Amino acid sequence: MAAGVATWLPFARAAAVGWLPLAKKTMPKPPIDKKSRNDEILFVNVSGLRFQTWKNTLDRYPDTLLGSSEKEFFYNEDTQEYFFDRDPEMFRHILNFYRTGKLHYPRQECIQAFDEELAFYGIVPDIIGDCCMEEYRDRKKENQERLAEDTEAEMATDTPLPPHSTPRERLWRAFENPHTSTMALVFYYVTGFFIAVSVIANVVETVPCRPLKGSKKDLPCGEKYSLAFFCMDTACVLIFTFEYLMRLFAAPSRCKFMRSVMSVIDVVAIMPYYIGLVMPENEDVSGAFVTLRVFRVFRIFKFSRHSQGLRILGYTLKSCASELGFLLFSLTMAIIIFATVMFYAEKGTKGTNFTSIPASFWYTIVTMTTLGYGDMVPNTIAGKIFGSICSLSGVLVIALPVPVIVSNFSRIYHQNQRADKMRAQQKVRLARIRLAKKGTTNAFLHYKEEGGFQDRDSDNALCLKNRSSFEHQHHHLLHCLEKTTNHEFTDELTFSEMCMTESVGYRTSRSTSISSQQGVSTSCCPRRAKRRAIRLANSTVSVSRGSVQELDTLQVHKTSVGPQSRSSLNARTEDLKLNCDDRDFTAAIISIPTPPANTPDESLPPSPAIPGILRNSRSTSFTHETVKISSL
Amino acid sequence: MQTRQRRPSRDKIDDDLELSMVCHRPEGLEQLEAQTNFNKKELQVLYRGFKNECPSGVVNEETFKQIYSQFFPHGDASTYAHYLFNAFDSSHNGSIKFEDFVTALSILLRGTTTEKLQWTFNLYDINRDGYINKEEMTDIVKAIYDMMGRFTYPALKTDTPKQHVDAFFQKMDKNRDGVVTLDEFILSCQEDENIMRSLQLFENVI
Repeated sequence: MAAGVATWLPFARAAAVGWLPLAKKTMPKPPIDKKSRNDEILFVNVSGLRFQTWKNTLDRYPDTLLGSSEKEFFYNEDTQEYFFDRDPEMFRHILNFYRTGKLHYPRQECIQAFDEELAFYGIVPDIIGDCCMEEYRDRKKENQERLAEDTEAEMATDTPLPPHSTPRERLWRAFENPHTSTMALVFYYVTGFFIAVSVIANVVETVPCRPLKGSKKDLPCGEKYSLAFFCMDTACVLIFTFEYLMRLFAAPSRCKFMRSVMSVIDVVAIMPYYIGLVMPENEDVSGAFVTLRVFRVFRIFKFSRHSQGLRILGYTLKSCASELGFLLFSLTMAIIIFATVMFYAEKGTKGTNFTSIPASFWYTIVTMTTLGYGDMVPNTIAGKIFGSICSLSGVLVIALPVPVIVSNFSRIYHQNQRADKMRAQQKVRLARIRLAKKGTTNAFLHYKEEGGFQDRDSDNALCLKNRSSFEHQHHHLLHCLEKTTNHEFTDELTFSEMCMTESVGYRTSRSTSISSQQGVSTSCCPRRAKRRAIRLANSTVSVSRGSVQELDTLQVHKTSVGPQSRSSLNARTEDLKLNCDDRDFTAAIISIPTPPANTPDESLPPSPAIPGILRNSRSTSFTHETVKISSL
Repeated sequence: MQTRQRRPSRDKIDDDLELSMVCHRPEGLEQLEAQTNFNKKELQVLYRGFKNECPSGVVNEETFKQIYSQFFPHGDASTYAHYLFNAFDSSHNGSIKFEDFVTALSILLRGTTTEKLQWTFNLYDINRDGYINKEEMTDIVKAIYDMMGRFTYPALKTDTPKQHVDAFFQKMDKNRDGVVTLDEFILSCQEDENIMRSLQLFENVI
């Protein structure tokens, strides 16, 4: 019930006295209201702006924050007021809702900010008053569409392939996003070229060429050089067929693919050729065959895969289907009306062109679209009058739906532009985020390297760089985690090197400068881990080519215990194999960003090369199992 | 504060227009306090609620019916609200001012038994002739049953209102002349313990 009705309830209850004489039974006891009846003024302080209101006002909506006991959580005993650390401008509207019972949407505010405030105060947006509801809904829908676009853009084209994709998935991806691999790009351009060639050949073969020797008649080039054209046609059709079959093979959902518009266009483009091959050469059927050749012109629609503008046009027409339908309908109505009128107006004239109403259709269409060929002209006065009315109305009828179509096109076009801009911005944003993440990771690692874990005496304290209390606490937390898991944080470079060397079965022993910790040497990977690690290395190789990815999590569980050593890398390689017990190596690596410096393209070289690699790596090393967490 | 009505006549203009132009201010707080049984604070609370709902200071019948119907969503409360409106509208000009509102509430909640019964009699006596006859009573009872709606237990029969009216007249009409006068009414009600007890229950509504 509306808030205001609550005000009238006492009065309605009082009026119940009027039922008493009629009542056959005694009235039930009224509920006892234990709350104090006195109305008091409440103070609500929202970020410094002080509001005052009657308690009754707030009590009108008991299922919101301010109307329920939830506001007691925000009560400040010292200042005897309710303090909310929220937007004071928005609060004005919220409070007005309590006062008037209608929630208004302030037009200059961001829709999401408004929604968040409503959610905080426990108000359902559905009660927005009619005056503002439409605006609110429109803005909300627009916002949601934009968000959906963003997430789509994120998930779409440029996302990295999952590491274990089948060749089929890779093929499909190559077809859908040609710029992901060079082969796909080449194929893309080749098909484009052949589409163009095919269309041009279709056009040129009808141009009259110089006649053969001994004949006067001009021949269309198609018949003169029929063999050449046939070969070209065959080549094009072969390429198109090959492309279509490849797409069909690679498509994740074949039925869906076969129903899609592009695939239908492909089929229509190549069918005439095959039908032509199959059909016999007799005269009766070749007439139909000629008609079929017309369909070859549909090859030009294959360009829409190559051109985004064409696709936009297609979407526009699809989305304006109702307007186009209306245009068509109204035109048809007008044509029929005017054709009838003209026919009857011109019926009397001798030798008139307006022989029937369908014959008048042609005149009406030509006049309404202001073409005016002049092959059919009215002669009577009445005919001329109606003819002029016809042409005037034609302009109007056609001009009406056009702005709608234009605005639709503009909207879709801008959406596309925005999607592209979003994608560009997204890349920049991701890069920035990654940089920030790296910063915090490195901060912790530097802190460790500089001996932060050692007992803090005055000398060391001076060496440590200045850190905020937030950093202190954060690092303490990370340290606790390290202690809990008995693993340490490391950075990507060291880990990737370690990963690579381990995949060949050699242990990398790395010792840290932190000698105080009880070290455990990294064990070598058992055979099964070795296989996984090799696949890992290979996948990182293939994936890191050209694509920038995020490092999510990496867990390395090793519970081996071994002597702590600061030995150099070379020395350890011999007795590395001794500790190959069953260790559990679970690597949940997703990917490694920008190809590690020593990523070999072929399988990793055998042992003699390893020390060399290891020698090149960083001198700081860890004795512990390392855990890389990059989502700091 | 004086009672000020900018457009007094209701015959000239539409009801809506009139209400939007009319701005009725009640008499002073002290006066109202003297006239009714409420104290200042209660009057303030009442007026704030009233003014919030009706910024123009008056309630017309349509609004009244809407408000009252919201309390009885099951059935149709418009007929009874109409009678109620007439009972509240002591000056009979088609609109309830704050004074009417508060006077009636004062009687219903803080008045003596006689005053309450008198008010109820006025409610039942639709044509204000001093007598309640069977037709008036039937109308009232039908209106009350209308508020119940269709889905009741036990189900409403068509002659339930009539039976109810007959029972009422049986009790109230002492001299069996077919009408109930004010004195008969008050006397009969005072004899009935149920009614007397129920009358006390409604004193704490505000």
